[in-house]
Amino acid sequence: MIGRVLLTFALFALLLSGCQQPRMSVLEPQGEAGQMQLDLVYLSIYIMVFVCVIVLAIFTYVLIRFRQKPGDNTIPKQVEGSTKLEILWTVVPIILLAILAVPTLKSTFTLAAKPPKAEQPVEVKVTAHQYWWEFEYPELGIKTAQELHIPTGKKVHLELTSVDVVHSFWVPSLAGKTDLIPGRKNTMWMKADKPGTYEGRCAELCGASHALMNFHVVAEKPEEFQKWVKQRQKPSSQPQTAQEKEGKKVFAQNCMGCHAIDGAGLKGPGNKGPNLAGFGDRDKIAGLLENNPENLNKWLHNPQNVKPGAHMPAIDFLKKKDLDALEAYLESLK
Amino acid sequence: MGTIVSILVLVLFLTAILTGGYNKKFLQRVQGSNMWDWLTTVDHKKIGIMYLGAGGFFFLIGGLEALLIRVQLFYPNNDFIVGDTFNQLLTMHGTTMIFFVAMPLLIGFMNVAVPLQIGARDVAFPFLNALSFWLFLGGGIMLNLGWLFGGAADAGWTSYVPIASNQFSPGPGVDYYVLGLQISGIGTLIGGINFLVTIINMRAPGMTFLRLPLFTWTTFVTSALILFAFPPLTVGLLLIMFDRIFGSHFFDAAMGGNSLIWQHLFWIFGHPEVYIVILPAFGIISEVISTFSKKRLFGYNSMVFATILIGFLGFMVWAHHMFTVGMGPVANAIFAVATMSIAVPTGIKIFNWLFTMWGGRLQFTTAMKFAVGFIPTFVMGGVTGVMLASPPADYQYHDSYFVVAHFHYVLIGGTVFGVLAGVYYWWPRMFGHKLNERLGNVHFWLFFIGFHLTFLIQHWLGLYGMPRRVFTYQAADGLTWINQVSTVGAVMMGVATLVFLYNVVYSRKSATAASAERDPWDGRTLEWAIPCPTPEYNFAQLPKVRGLDAWWMEKMAGNKELEPAEPLQPIHMPSSSYRPILMSLGFFVSGLGFIFRTIEVGVLGLVMVFLLMFTRSFEQDHGYHIEVDQIKEAEKGA
Ligand code: HEC
Ligand SMILES: [Cu+2]
Repeated sequence: MIGRVLLTFALFALLLSGCQQPRMSVLEPQGEAGQMQLDLVYLSIYIMVFVCVIVLAIFTYVLIRFRQKPGDNTIPKQVEGSTKLEILWTVVPIILLAILAVPTLKSTFTLAAKPPKAEQPVEVKVTAHQYWWEFEYPELGIKTAQELHIPTGKKVHLELTSVDVVHSFWVPSLAGKTDLIPGRKNTMWMKADKPGTYEGRCAELCGASHALMNFHVVAEKPEEFQKWVKQRQKPSSQPQTAQEKEGKKVFAQNCMGCHAIDGAGLKGPGNKGPNLAGFGDRDKIAGLLENNPENLNKWLHNPQNVKPGAHMPAIDFLKKKDLDALEAYLESLK
Repeated sequence: MGTIVSILVLVLFLTAILTGGYNKKFLQRVQGSNMWDWLTTVDHKKIGIMYLGAGGFFFLIGGLEALLIRVQLFYPNNDFIVGDTFNQLLTMHGTTMIFFVAMPLLIGFMNVAVPLQIGARDVAFPFLNALSFWLFLGGGIMLNLGWLFGGAADAGWTSYVPIASNQFSPGPGVDYYVLGLQISGIGTLIGGINFLVTIINMRAPGMTFLRLPLFTWTTFVTSALILFAFPPLTVGLLLIMFDRIFGSHFFDAAMGGNSLIWQHLFWIFGHPEVYIVILPAFGIISEVISTFSKKRLFGYNSMVFATILIGFLGFMVWAHHMFTVGMGPVANAIFAVATMSIAVPTGIKIFNWLFTMWGGRLQFTTAMKFAVGFIPTFVMGGVTGVMLASPPADYQYHDSYFVVAHFHYVLIGGTVFGVLAGVYYWWPRMFGHKLNERLGNVHFWLFFIGFHLTFLIQHWLGLYGMPRRVFTYQAADGLTWINQVSTVGAVMMGVATLVFLYNVVYSRKSATAASAERDPWDGRTLEWAIPCPTPEYNFAQLPKVRGLDAWWMEKMAGNKELEPAEPLQPIHMPSSSYRPILMSLGFFVSGLGFIFRTIEVGVLGLVMVFLLMFTRSFEQDHGYHIEVDQIKEAEKGA
């Protein structure tokens, strides 16, 4: 029986290590901030395991040794207490806590410090919307959404705010959370050591689609990041084929009020939804669905079906031809 | 509008019946009934049982909500309950469990046990005690009305603004939350004051503060916490109510308000609240462990001191719930150290329990099993608490399933285990028969294993990046099997609860007159020294208390009874009153009025409350006396 239980646990452990890519685990940090946080996690776990072991040892001993024996009706000695022992279990925890407190304070201040200008951190303004993320690089003149591109080996300094409710920015494998609060600007920094795609989540209940307010962080080697920056600064947003031209028209008629496309020369306010420049290059639609024509169709047809409560109307009234044109145009945005 | 009219008619109808304007004979029949007796009682024992009953009922509702949540999370991208409906579930689960399960169950035990433990005949203000209960029940019903009319609250039990504002939570959901909590909060505050006064003023001769049983001590500290913690919540709720109903902008950043104020107010209340629901559980555990180890509590004085210290420090740490809102490193550092320091008095308690058992003669009754199961479970919850206190690490844990695991270890492993220990322990005192121990054993093991199965693994869910309060996760996240294990555990806890319900019925059916023992556990404190079932006046003569564990001392000295501190004389009793339930009804009507934006009805309800208070000032009610003959008769029968 016990053997079988152990076996199951071993299997679970295997599964755990097997399918856990570094994409979303606090335990496999991919950068400095996450590493610092994990160090504290482990330090506190070691201390706490030590405490637990002592308590459990006494606990088990007491339960076995002092359980009532059949026929035993003696009255145990009524002990009042023991000053020595009581001092012991007051002082020892204080020492243990001090061991935890010192590095805690150190990291707290390190993580709060703004990266110095000399390090040339990448500045990003993060704005949370129900249920999507807007990323603006003020120094580079780029506005994008859902995908945060960063160079490896460099600190990224984030300034975070929200336009509606409280959200929380969390990339488990790079850094812990910071809340985005309307009317406030919070800051944090993070750094990725290796190229890769890291999952991000909204961690503060923000409405119906809180569970789907996903994004990801794409860390690239500095050269590639530069390439991306160039492309974003000069996006190819003009339609090439006749169908795409048609698509742009449909877009201007139906979508411009909410969506901007940098470089397309549209005149709408376009500030209620993500900037769609470079949409064809994004991995995901709305941070959630694989970016392919089928899913785009699904999204346009009924966004609420994909993300309950999403603030985009269902685009189910277009003619098939117009819809195809629109989709062709969207996918051509690089 | 239709709702309002029908409610008005109902109210008039009820008032007509209750005031006798309807039919004299009918009124007499009603007043003679058992039901009337319970509805108007001011007896702390009955009020305690009603608290436990209502708390238990809400526990079933909250538990059902939890199960639905777990079912939805069984598969990635499951579409069983999603979006706003899921948010309603998680909000109602949390709010119900904290305010309408944990608190009333513990307050129920306070009612049942504290007056008996200090050798008193009732609480200091029996009338207010009944009012507390009815307000709590009114608030609980109001909160749950959301399920039936217009949607339940969906902004989380923390109800953060702006998500809880009109703009983002239109509809009455959050209004139910605000007014339900406000009404029950008034009741809780009154209850807190009541127990403070009771414990200060009503102790039997010789029952000095350092002879109080530990459960009474924890009740005392808890009541003080209630007194200081509930006003901030009241203020916060009032501000939200004004924002929502009267169009003010306290929390609206665009209009110069500040939403963080709500978070502060909420947690200035919310953190002490955590201790409000854990300290009485500590008390129960202390009683049970001491009783079934056949030993006095190890380090009683330091236990008392630790309780007070925890209560005090509980007010210094609220901002550790807000490490990620950007308070800056200085504030974070201060609150981190303050939070860690709470571990010290908590540790003292754990070791004192262990050493109470050390050298004892442990009897593993079901109550004791829950108390013993409490220790490692609560230690787990405690150590993850210390881990959470470190801000940089908390940036990772915060609002993830790690936190969910942590607080369920504290609230189930702590509070619920404590309550269940109390249920098995005090059941014979309340109902005159024990609960079946064999079914109790099944209940314990199913619940204990189910609990750990559900929540242990959730620590990893958090570390693997699953935020709390999400209705789903992606298949690629690799979280599926962990969630499935967790759901299986939750179902086990559900089955355990069914076993318990069966136990209640079964034990009641198989109880005989002989089941009523006055001291079934060979107890130590005064509640076990009086006849069973407990006479309504509790103590025929107030006892003289000669030390800690007063009843145990008498038994050890070879005495069969407590030594009386007064001659046998007529006992003055407070008369029952129909006012508390009507006052609660007034608040209820008023609350509904505000929820549906008919201010007239809101005011009308309040007028009803004030009229009831006003007329009571002129009521000639001196209570009644139980004569010596009646007491003698009753004591002989027992
Ligand atoms: C009322 C405003 C509004 C209108 C009109 C609107 N959208 Fe959107 N759209 C949004 C919002 C808001 C989102 C973000 C939804 C989310 O992720 O929660 C969005 C998201 C999208 C996305 C996914 C973006 C990404 O970065 O992954 C696409 C593609 C899109 N919209 C296309 C369209 C098209 C095409 C039209 C016109 C036919 C349109 N939208 C009309 C508001 C609007
Ligand atoms: Cu969000």
